[in-house]
Amino acid sequence: MSELAARTRSGPGRLLIAVYAIFALAATARSAVQLGTHFSRAPLAYLLSAFAGVVYIVATVCLARGDRASRRVATVSIVVELVGVLAVGTASLSLPDAFPDATVWSDYGQGYGYIPAVLPLLGLWWLRSSARDVE
Amino acid sequence: MIEILATVLTYVALAAAVWAAVLVVANKPVQLREWHGLWLYGVVALLELGLLAQLVGGIVRLIGDDRQIDTFAFLGYLITPLVVLPLAALWALAERTRWGPAVMVIGCLTVPVLIVRLRQVWEAHV
Repeated sequence: MSELAARTRSGPGRLLIAVYAIFALAATARSAVQLGTHFSRAPLAYLLSAFAGVVYIVATVCLARGDRASRRVATVSIVVELVGVLAVGTASLSLPDAFPDATVWSDYGQGYGYIPAVLPLLGLWWLRSSARDVE
Repeated sequence: MIEILATVLTYVALAAAVWAAVLVVANKPVQLREWHGLWLYGVVALLELGLLAQLVGGIVRLIGDDRQIDTFAFLGYLITPLVVLPLAALWALAERTRWGPAVMVIGCLTVPVLIVRLRQVWEAHV
């Protein structure tokens, strides 16, 4: 177990976890401020930001733990993240009225340099490649 | 916020990020016993001190200037880099490959991004 965990959190995995941690912090802190100070302005957007924050936290913690069960949870949360960024990205472009204020995933993460759209792909790639040779 | 300090911090953070990127390309892990690692962490420690000064200065001006801004967001953008930078430094130190300095590139780049946002919040007063 520990070998797999060490592999998951070292090399490219270490950078990936660092980026995930920054997004966990960014999405959670931002939505906390928005929900706490002006929830009624864009309730859907702020709740989605909070949800994104939770997904990023789960992915960060599970990637950093790196054992078999955690990796499974990480995979699920990263797939949720990928579906979320695609769904919210599409919805924010086709139904702009529903999103008076931006979320992390609006316009496929444009406000964050499109990193939210690329990050889940990198995450899934890393989970795949770090699993090799360990079996 | 203090304009000059924010500008200086932006450039120092970018310089540290460039240096960390050089270490990535040169395939060097973060090594505090080597001059290149010591310089990187020395600059990052200075950056951290500067960010602390920015937090204090930001709070002083927030109280003194009677400016109508989003206080929570402003404080968030003052505190976040102060937390992110040392965590990134510790996380990078535990890595024995070139991916250690790669973490420092990301950690240092968050500083100018957060300063841009800080400035937007500060200037969006009514």
